[in-house]
Amino acid sequence: MITLLYFARYREALGQEKEQLELDSPCSLQELLDRLRERGEPWASTLNDNKLLMAINQTIAPAEQLINDGDEVAFFPPVTGG
Amino acid sequence: MDKLQLSIQTDDFNIEDEYQYLRQGNSDSGAVVTFLGQVRDFNQGEAVSQLELEHYPGMTESVLKKLLEEADKRWAIDRAKIIHRVGPLNASDKIVWVAVASAHRGDAFHACEFLIDALKTQAPFWKKERSATGERWLDARDSDQDKAQQWMKND
Repeated sequence: MITLLYFARYREALGQEKEQLELDSPCSLQELLDRLRERGEPWASTLNDNKLLMAINQTIAPAEQLINDGDEVAFFPPVTGG
Repeated sequence: MDKLQLSIQTDDFNIEDEYQYLRQGNSDSGAVVTFLGQVRDFNQGEAVSQLELEHYPGMTESVLKKLLEEADKRWAIDRAKIIHRVGPLNASDKIVWVAVASAHRGDAFHACEFLIDALKTQAPFWKKERSATGERWLDARDSDQDKAQQWMKND
């Protein structure tokens, strides 16, 4: 089981901030992203953003990084604090 | 007292208290440099009535802690503190505080500017603006990326 988190405009567009997902086999962030986009709208267009950032266990991670069971995966747009 | 501190909070903070924190029990510092970011009432030609600050609890703290530790490695710092507010904020409200006390001004200026530049491009905060015409999530600015990049070139 992994936990998915969505922030800011993604959270609003998807209408949820958190969900849990069962992984049948280890997969990369890119593979997870593709699976989520295959759900159709609003996933397909919301997560089809070339500025999308991904984090595994609260550290920014590249698309090819593998996700392990129990990981926390977050999707968010570029940050705008300060 | 830990010389590197950070706080993510909804409440306002008091600048005099924060200044005293930098000085208390610290007679080594000859320089104190602080940066205060506050809510503008105008952005891109539109009057802004309110700002909402969202963040990623846990990751925010670990990113800011790493930035403080990096600043501490690169410059001689006696005390440093970052405060960032979250939740609803109004025009002129304080948003962010970055303060550095050092023996000499060069280290304090550089560390303070590095911290705010790096925070703006690395710490997971997002701003949403409310105005008379509705609300919108702010886009990241290329100029902020450029400023943060410069600190990496200086290594």
